[in-house]
Amino acid sequence: MNANSISRSDVEEFLFEEAALLDEWRLDEWLELLTDDAIYQIPSTDAPDSDARHALFLIADDATRIKARVKRLNDTEAHAESPRSRTRRMIANVRITGYEGDSLTVSANFSVFRYRRNSPLRQYVGRYEYLLRTTDDGLRIAERRVILDPTELGTLGAVSFIL
Amino acid sequence: MTDSPYIIDQPEDMVFRLNRRTLADPEILTREQTAIFDKSWIYCGHESEVSESGDFCTRNVGGRPVILCRDSDGGVRVFLNACRHRAAMVCREPCGNTRRYNCFYHGWSYNQDGDLVGVPGEESYPPGFDKANFSLAEPPHVDSYRGFWFISFDPEIADLNEYLAEATEYLDLVVDQSPSGQMQVIQGTQEYDIRANWKLLVENSFDDYHLLTTHKTWLDYMKDSGVQVEPPKGQGLLLPSKGIGKGLGNGHAVIDNINFRGRPVAKWISIYGEDAKEEIEEIRTELVERLGEQRAARVADTNRNLVVFPNLVINDGSSVTIRTFWPVAADHMKVTAWALGTKEESERARARRLDSFLTFYGPGGFATPDDVEALEAVQAGLATWREAEWSEMTRGLNKEGDQLNTDEEHLRAFWRQWNAMMTADA
Repeated sequence: MNANSISRSDVEEFLFEEAALLDEWRLDEWLELLTDDAIYQIPSTDAPDSDARHALFLIADDATRIKARVKRLNDTEAHAESPRSRTRRMIANVRITGYEGDSLTVSANFSVFRYRRNSPLRQYVGRYEYLLRTTDDGLRIAERRVILDPTELGTLGAVSFIL
Repeated sequence: MTDSPYIIDQPEDMVFRLNRRTLADPEILTREQTAIFDKSWIYCGHESEVSESGDFCTRNVGGRPVILCRDSDGGVRVFLNACRHRAAMVCREPCGNTRRYNCFYHGWSYNQDGDLVGVPGEESYPPGFDKANFSLAEPPHVDSYRGFWFISFDPEIADLNEYLAEATEYLDLVVDQSPSGQMQVIQGTQEYDIRANWKLLVENSFDDYHLLTTHKTWLDYMKDSGVQVEPPKGQGLLLPSKGIGKGLGNGHAVIDNINFRGRPVAKWISIYGEDAKEEIEEIRTELVERLGEQRAARVADTNRNLVVFPNLVINDGSSVTIRTFWPVAADHMKVTAWALGTKEESERARARRLDSFLTFYGPGGFATPDDVEALEAVQAGLATWREAEWSEMTRGLNKEGDQLNTDEEHLRAFWRQWNAMMTADA
């Protein structure tokens, strides 16, 4: 399927649905939005434009590792998220930045608020870079790259949930 | 026998207790600044981070802003990052390459060797003002061991080699991974805070007793990936392989474990994939040719978590991480972690090393976030230190010979040194 027919509002609707699944911790359903070869990456804050083969990232999951991550997060012994954080994602400034065959690249700004009991509010700000693929089942995520704006993770602590 | 406000150390009576005040009271941190951090060698950085003349990195070391750099002769230097005029930091970039360190406040500028070379309106200073007296200041001692650079603010401190004591053997085991003896800090720094006392991360970094429960999901992940994680029967072990814990002198300590979790250098596990087998075998062959069978096995088949007193951790496990941390408050530390690889490794080997790093370590890894959670849970609990005063730290105390990585001898080694320094002037 050619990606040219996908509009920004199609993409927005897809990203908002994804955000809802993540905020509601419906992680198994979120996995269904990913292609079989999906990757999920968060570069280190001092090397935001680097390649995970050459630079140390915070997260550089292939599809197998993403599933393992979700399995871990579904376990009550993933202590950093047990009890789970409450998160709320704001997604804005959604732009389609390119089309190629059945795929499109998308950039979007985010602000993710994370609350836990006995912890201060942690606010993660940055942008998403997606590679989305059009399939018979609709849009699917082939690449999901999270570029954080803070110069260091600092008081944000860990990225123990799906950012 | 030591009996102090901080620890009760009576091995003959099987007693070792730690006063929880040491982890919670801001007065302790104030004293640590002068009694511990100003009396130790503190890790500053790795030679590979400043490989060319003019390269620099700025960081906080021992509570001071410093510039780690290469001077015009190609030597590694450390300058205090404070203008000699009014103390403003002369370099505010995290890293880069420069010919000059320029203070923007009044315009004083320094060359790569720290010499003051520019003073706007110099003619208004009285006679006798000499720029030669205003070079960037340097710590009293700067020295390195096999590429790891340390500084000390104690003019009287022992030589670095003497200070490191038996920790040098464990630094050697890391550096010996490289055919040329050259390791490289890899681009990408993990900088994150933990709302806990810094000494809790010392303990946590080489405390294998917590692995089974804190890192159950990581062990499950390893198991799902085909790694054997069941402890052998009848050997009294909690973990899949035997490890020992021991002090190395001067408060340094280590756990030294037979590897079960895979090592990019050079022990294959299924997580690396079938296509990695051949190259890992080649890496191992090189180790054997260079180091001999026995030492190659020591490098490749053991993983070691090393604490260099007071605040440097080098974990040579799923990958090599350099980790240092600094207390900004009694209950809050800033952690900086890097990945270390061999200079020669192939692109594929480098990628495998980085991937292996992330299975366990770091704020997005499958283990470190649970460590952060554990330490913050401890710190919250420590608010009870006045009512529940002591922590028990006697695991293994009754054993003759080796103590296990899941015992606490290595923790006691750190705490004994810490206590000796904190009570030195008392």
